[in-house]
Amino acid sequence: MRKTLPLLFEKSVENRRTHYLSKCDVEELEIPKNFKRKVAPKLPELSETDITRHYTALEANTFGINDGFYPLGSCTMKYNPKINDKIASLPGFAEIHPLQPENTVQGIFEALEEANKSLSEITGMDIMSFQPAAGAHGELASLMMFKKYFEDRGETNRIKIIIPDSAHGTNPATVHMCGMKVINLKSNEKGCIDVEELKSVIDKDLAGIMLTNPNTLGIFEEDILEITKIIHDAGGLCYYDGANLNAIAGILRPGDMGFDCIHLNLHKTFSTPHGGGGPGSGAIGCKEFLRKYLPGPQIEKEKDLYKFNSYTESIGQLVAFYGNTLITLRALAFIMSYGKEGIPKMSKHAVLNANYLKQRLSERFDIFNKNLCMHEFIITMEKEAKNNNFTAKDMAKAILDEGMMAPTMYFPLIVKEALMVEPTETEGKETLDFVADKYIKIYDDVVANPELAKQFPKNTIISRPDEVTAARSPIVKYMR
Amino acid sequence: MAYLLNTDEQVKEMLDTLGLKTLEELYDYLPKELIIDELNIPEALGEIDVLRSFQNLSAKNKVFSSIFRGAGSYRHYIPAVVPEMANKERFKTAYTPYQAEVSQGTLQSIFEFQTMICELTGMDVANASVYDGASAAAEAVSMCRDRKKKRAYISGGVNPRVINTVKTYSWSFNAPVEILEQTKDGLVDIDALEKTEHTDIAALLIEQPNYYGLFEDVSKIVEVAHKKGIKVIVKVNPIAAAVVESVGECGADIAVGEGQPLGIPLGFGGPYLGFMACKKNLLRAIPGRIVGETKDEEGNRAYVLTLQAREQHIRRETAGSNLCSNQALCAITASVYMSSMGPKGMEDVAMQCYNKAHYLANELGKIGFKLRYNSEFFHEFVTESPCDIEKLNRYLENNNILGGLPIENNGILWCATEMNTKHDIDNLVSLCKEVL
Repeated sequence: MRKTLPLLFEKSVENRRTHYLSKCDVEELEIPKNFKRKVAPKLPELSETDITRHYTALEANTFGINDGFYPLGSCTMKYNPKINDKIASLPGFAEIHPLQPENTVQGIFEALEEANKSLSEITGMDIMSFQPAAGAHGELASLMMFKKYFEDRGETNRIKIIIPDSAHGTNPATVHMCGMKVINLKSNEKGCIDVEELKSVIDKDLAGIMLTNPNTLGIFEEDILEITKIIHDAGGLCYYDGANLNAIAGILRPGDMGFDCIHLNLHKTFSTPHGGGGPGSGAIGCKEFLRKYLPGPQIEKEKDLYKFNSYTESIGQLVAFYGNTLITLRALAFIMSYGKEGIPKMSKHAVLNANYLKQRLSERFDIFNKNLCMHEFIITMEKEAKNNNFTAKDMAKAILDEGMMAPTMYFPLIVKEALMVEPTETEGKETLDFVADKYIKIYDDVVANPELAKQFPKNTIISRPDEVTAARSPIVKYMR
Repeated sequence: MAYLLNTDEQVKEMLDTLGLKTLEELYDYLPKELIIDELNIPEALGEIDVLRSFQNLSAKNKVFSSIFRGAGSYRHYIPAVVPEMANKERFKTAYTPYQAEVSQGTLQSIFEFQTMICELTGMDVANASVYDGASAAAEAVSMCRDRKKKRAYISGGVNPRVINTVKTYSWSFNAPVEILEQTKDGLVDIDALEKTEHTDIAALLIEQPNYYGLFEDVSKIVEVAHKKGIKVIVKVNPIAAAVVESVGECGADIAVGEGQPLGIPLGFGGPYLGFMACKKNLLRAIPGRIVGETKDEEGNRAYVLTLQAREQHIRRETAGSNLCSNQALCAITASVYMSSMGPKGMEDVAMQCYNKAHYLANELGKIGFKLRYNSEFFHEFVTESPCDIEKLNRYLENNNILGGLPIENNGILWCATEMNTKHDIDNLVSLCKEVL
């Protein structure tokens, strides 16, 4: 089974090429000598046959959503509908220059306005901006808006942001990028926010809180109304990390919970492709009083024409243009396909699937949260790691051998030997049963023969890679 | 309902297993006052009508048959093989390659991308890509800052949208930014840089070719900047980079750029592809994902995400950046483009851009559109306008042509690429003449 592939550069044959352009039809000149490149870049020299074979082989070495169960917790790896890609490639979207006159892009403005209306309604916000290119970018935009808000009010002392210890690492890093200070909040034994603990870390320098709800443990913060009230009463703002919206879309709204600003990962809840890590979209939404701080130009309608409008109070540009428009269009197509009754049903099915699989797996595995979960749950391999040296990583590698993607490993940090499982709504009961049977079989096999634990994966094209050497003596490009 | 799988019967079986009667009971323990009655959005549409709606919206946008506008977004020819390969289902639907054993395809393609970006820029290390060229520039500036040196200089010849993005990030980080006004030739003011009295300048950001299409003397700028302990970041056009001396060879510390010209459609500005490369000594300072080569337990060559100790999920609030993704699908697109073109094809594209832009400038000059700057240019240039620009562009628009971009002081920023035939250019010039 093991099979590594040659690199493009190793397949290169001098002077081989495919011609894509016609002969130049104007006078041919030379680049002025003092600017001219002396040696051509060493790009591969290949024919189209070589290229297609190469990428077809690389694709075969990639595990995609349609290869099997893909339960990466917190990543919402749901099915990516084909129609969404088709509409995004229509020439009237794909071939539009970003600096065309406004009267020539009214269809795009109208689509973005539709997406704005639907997502504002789903989140309980007043307006959205599609400029941020990814979730972390949306977090950054939101925290920048908080910063600007306090600057405008002359409250520049407000630089403290509360973050629970279960939060994703991007949250604290974002705070740092905004020149603000992180106040770490310890979760209680249930994995939730302790209201008394929260009160104890608040002072006059509070800028706000960053929260995910349901949180990264798949648990809904039931005290959410009290939490946001405590923050507001102390003069702070509440930011909602939309990574886990898939549990509650169309059922509860972050805006109603008291949040002032949110980011959404359109590539999670709204099914746009993950692309091996991107491009995604980190659309953000806010309440009316923060609107003027949104990044980039905003779309507004004047008479019958949509146009861009820039606010002097805006935090400014975060990318050169207006964000990942072709991704936003895909998300809109997804919302239109589900509609008003479908969106809440989608979340209910996601939560049902998670609870069903959790129930099945609890026959063998320790689950962090014994009660009903939201759209994801955490297995802890702490006991097995201790007794049999059978770690979360070993379990994950064994799962790969079964033709399935492994769950997210070692996150959140507050649960030892964590495997975070998020099945999403686009799996059927029969798949969940199959998965549960496989997980249990792996478990039983390894507990009976603990030496197996370190031998997985056996069926993948490489065995476990040496990550330590990769980091210690980095090779990050091909050297001839 | 759309893409759900479980039938009513299956839902019932699953609820039974959980001891529940209805789906709503899954939410019973949540605060009642937060549960909404209904969602105020339109009813679901079948795929047939979703498609129709978007076809209607698409028809309300104008696809120009001829484009003479760039300014950070360029229409180039995209060989059919590029989207066909890059959009393969697994590349498209996979996530960040955390599980290396089943992600060698994505990892290897990123490793190849990093290598090609290093070749184009003359650098030692490239990351797996960032959001776009502007955010890449902003991240690069942050990367140069340390406790003592926080100030950034940006040449006034840099794309204004990039300048704005760097300003946003810098304001957020409480770090000062100064614009170095360009000379009357439209270039970096090397004298002013030499004379600066600031001692806390972390980085200088320039562009090659710059926003006005002009070639900068990067080596000279680097020499002066380095004497003052300033790191130099150059934003490069990847097509020009195929024929212009690499900024790495010129001594620059970091190269960033917008990868859109490498096979990515105009798409109203996104998704695009930011690339970022640097010299070896900055390896552990560069943000974003990086793929490295290693071996598996049996000694087979293998690729992994590496140098993660730099990243936010480990360093949390001490991380220099919160980047936790890349634009892998766009990076694959660019890789397929670069490898399909090869070194000779890339040179061909670059030289056709150069030749056509010079032909266009020459023809426009004949009818009174004078060049604003006296410097050498690549595929963009600025002319004064002998007529009302708005009127001119409206006239061109009615003839299905997107004219040059109006810029400050009654100037026009023109662009030509291999997509503009001689016939196109002659037609444009004769239409311009009609407006005069």
